Amino acid sequence: MEIKGRIHSFETFGTLDGPGIRFIVFMQGCPLRCIYCHNRDTWDVSGGREYSVDDVVAQTEKYIDFMQSSGGGITVTGGEPLIQVDFVTALFKRCRELNIHTALDTSGFAEVEKVMELLEYTDLILLDIKHASEAKHREITGVGNDKIKKFALYTMKKGIPLWIRYVLVPGYTDNEEDLRLAGEFIESLKNVEKVEVLPYHCMGAFKWDKLGLEYPAANVREPSKEEVARAAETLTPKKLKLLVHSI
Amino acid sequence: MEQMNRNMEQWKDFKKGNWCSEIDLRDFIQLNYTPYEGDRSFLKGASERTRKLWNKVSELLKKEREKDGVLDIDTHTVSTIVSHKPGYIDKDLEVIAGLQTDEPLKRAIMPFGGIRMVAKGSEAYGKKVDSDIIKVFTEYRKTHNQGVYDVYTAEMRRARKAGIITGLPDAYGRGRIIGDYRRVPLYGVDRLIEEKRNELVHLEFDYIDADTTRDREEIQEQIKALGFLKEMASSYGFDISKPAGNSREAVQWLYFAYLGAVKEQNGAAMSLGRVSTFLDIYFERDLREGTITEDEVQELMDQFVIKLRIVRFLRTPDYEALFSGDPTWVTESIGGMGLDGRTLVTKSSFRILNTLYNLGPAPEPNMTVLWSVHLPCEFKKFCAEVSVHTSSIQYENDDLMRTYWGDDYGIACCVSAMKLGKQMQFFGARCNLAKALLYAINGGRDEMTGAQIAPRFEAVGEGYLDYEDVMNRFDMVLDWVARLYINTLNLIHYMHDKYSYESLQMALHDKDIYRTMACGIAGLSVVVDSLSAIKYAKVKPVRDENNTVVGYLVEGNYPKFGNNDERVDSIAIMVVKLFMDKLRKQRTYRNSVPALSILTITSNVVYGEKTGNTPDGRKKGEPFAPGANPMHGRDTNGALAVISSVAKLPYRHAQDGISFTFSMAPKALGRDEEARLNNLMALLDGYFKKGGHHMNVNVFNRETLLDAMEHPEKYPQLTIRVSGYAVNFIKLTKAQQLDVINRTIHERV
Repeated sequence: MEIKGRIHSFETFGTLDGPGIRFIVFMQGCPLRCIYCHNRDTWDVSGGREYSVDDVVAQTEKYIDFMQSSGGGITVTGGEPLIQVDFVTALFKRCRELNIHTALDTSGFAEVEKVMELLEYTDLILLDIKHASEAKHREITGVGNDKIKKFALYTMKKGIPLWIRYVLVPGYTDNEEDLRLAGEFIESLKNVEKVEVLPYHCMGAFKWDKLGLEYPAANVREPSKEEVARAAETLTPKKLKLLVHSI
Repeated sequence: MEQMNRNMEQWKDFKKGNWCSEIDLRDFIQLNYTPYEGDRSFLKGASERTRKLWNKVSELLKKEREKDGVLDIDTHTVSTIVSHKPGYIDKDLEVIAGLQTDEPLKRAIMPFGGIRMVAKGSEAYGKKVDSDIIKVFTEYRKTHNQGVYDVYTAEMRRARKAGIITGLPDAYGRGRIIGDYRRVPLYGVDRLIEEKRNELVHLEFDYIDADTTRDREEIQEQIKALGFLKEMASSYGFDISKPAGNSREAVQWLYFAYLGAVKEQNGAAMSLGRVSTFLDIYFERDLREGTITEDEVQELMDQFVIKLRIVRFLRTPDYEALFSGDPTWVTESIGGMGLDGRTLVTKSSFRILNTLYNLGPAPEPNMTVLWSVHLPCEFKKFCAEVSVHTSSIQYENDDLMRTYWGDDYGIACCVSAMKLGKQMQFFGARCNLAKALLYAINGGRDEMTGAQIAPRFEAVGEGYLDYEDVMNRFDMVLDWVARLYINTLNLIHYMHDKYSYESLQMALHDKDIYRTMACGIAGLSVVVDSLSAIKYAKVKPVRDENNTVVGYLVEGNYPKFGNNDERVDSIAIMVVKLFMDKLRKQRTYRNSVPALSILTITSNVVYGEKTGNTPDGRKKGEPFAPGANPMHGRDTNGALAVISSVAKLPYRHAQDGISFTFSMAPKALGRDEEARLNNLMALLDGYFKKGGHHMNVNVFNRETLLDAMEHPEKYPQLTIRVSGYAVNFIKLTKAQQLDVINRTIHERV
């Protein structure tokens, strides 16, 4: 039987999730329960609409010109794409055939054995590191981070380029010691090519509202530019800093 | 004659060719220009003189804003090419001389188009036109406006009042004619007069009919205007009877030619043509000879642009509502590719864009980059950079237009391509197509007033609207409106030629010119979504007590234009072709060829106000989308889906241009400057490869615009692109400002 994927929506002009202009597929469903989630409407695994791989490839192909001239490609995000790993694997296989650059934006929360095949067809991983400490990770996301660490180590073993993304949430993820720990872990991953510190913003709050839910991060402020710069300094591996300075 | 010309001192070091013996600008350019593929690093900043001059102008602009947008009006003098004595901003600082009147920003009155508008325009700013001028233009000298109203039919008046055809140039100058101003520096005025005299000889026939009589009279008027042009230049101390001999003269002669045009005509769009690459030939020659420096070349360009920025016309509040922000459309077409594959980008393409840095952003001149995927990479990058920093550039598809118009065309107004010196158009504003659809449903009655405007026929029956039925009715209404529309334009342009002829601009054209009858449509996306709703969802009409359909209940979902969805995009293509085919059937004044634009300028707001509820769910009074834009908030797949839908609209059936405005927050374009430039270049390449015709690019934050609404004084130069032109944001009406803000795409959260 043909595999179907539950998809929340598409964005044809993605410019923030990977290099160049990207066709973004927002998968539906997420096992994490981040208190500051800005895509709250993608949690429910039964939401969204079902699409076949052919449907999505047909959509993607319309924009190949833009991808090629900008060095872009496709990015699958969510929700959490790894809970529909079979669908994403089939999609990336097809993209590989069409010479479309594939990026996977994930929390890494999955059994490594189950996603190995997908990673064969993945050109870039955008890995969200939510928190370095197991306990605090559980507190803000509802799950622990050991699977995520294993996932990260496996990508290193496979040598897949990795962009780390770290959402800086004042009061939750900006503790200096925590940042240092996260930085150490990132430093240990030799396949990291970029670290992006994303300042927490409250623009996703209305989506909780719309679902009639209380927004747990309602009292959190947005971090200052200086705080973001400081966090980036702590989180960025030495070799990348050297790269930046030498340019 | 030919021999003499070839040896002209002013033409030394130019490669000779056909251009020496005939008026042939393209030949001159092709033989002599220097393509430039390098980067921006050679560019210079503004000179001391330029900075001082611009400061003075900025002060005046501030005063102008404080006086409700009009600094002063000369209500005593009828403007002609020679009506005013020389004017200066500051003679010692000006490298390029010449003003429309004797003082900067003082507006002239041009009553040949219509005396009522002049009187109304003056009154709106607390001034009164001299009574003897009023008397002359009421009792002794008929105007274009009077001519039109004398011959309008009752049906035309009804249609105009109801707003199904609107914005007609029956009360203002039609504009959209580009004199080939380059002819004056290259040949000098005497040679041009001689050519015109020859043309008269070619209009001597056995039987002189009305058309020939008109042609002969027009050429006489052209010769007269050229004489006045020399006189005007001479009042500033320049003899332009001979060709320009160096860079400064080339710019000065060219500017005089343009200045003559804007002293003679208050046209809606007074576009410049394609001058930067032409001027570059003079700059390069003088730079080679060491008689000028790069700093001086940039100074010429900056000061020329200052003059173009302060072109002013007196206009009425009605006009402002349609085309707001005091636009003049001094459109300059930059770049593009030649038919031989060489790029027409020169260093001066960079220099003219560089004025946006040297003087800061501004709406005029209307910087129009003729984009080709083959443009030099460094130029593309510079354009992208200027767009991201200033939001002052519009882009048009040179790869598309070159196949129609060759490689020496310019853009008039916003999106109207024409071969320079060989083509003109009869500007025809636009037909409100959304209203036409409502007439189809209502049996020819107006949905706002209930008045019978189109011939009476049976309105739709009870129950849900049926697509086939509505299309049949729509087809019938379009037959009616196309005929009425063209007839209205026929008599408007007859009268414009007769009473308000653009003698100088036409003097800078060949004798035999290609004329188009430039019709337009407003509300395309409203019509398309409405038809889609009728076809794919269920739409039930709601009637008022007079049995007029005034509202619609839409049940279910339907595909909307702007999502790259073939089901609805094909309706858009069908509608454009359908209407164009009906225009093609009409007989036109002077055998002009019907053409169509999808362009609203800022009138999308006014048209929306005059149009009732539509079957797509748009509420009565809500603005239409500008130009060919999808209705905002209806696209769910992001920007590439939007531009892909727009790119499908067929240029071959809308050869007067398809305007699309794209506004984006910097963050949504990419995380850092490098990514933003890269993505913007790819976006333009991709859009134009798909056949898109035009794109306004705005890059700004919504917050900036909101702040500018609150504190306009902080943003005197904030420039944004609206449909087909650029405008000072703070000069828009509140409704238009909100419309722009609502359309700004934010980053996805």
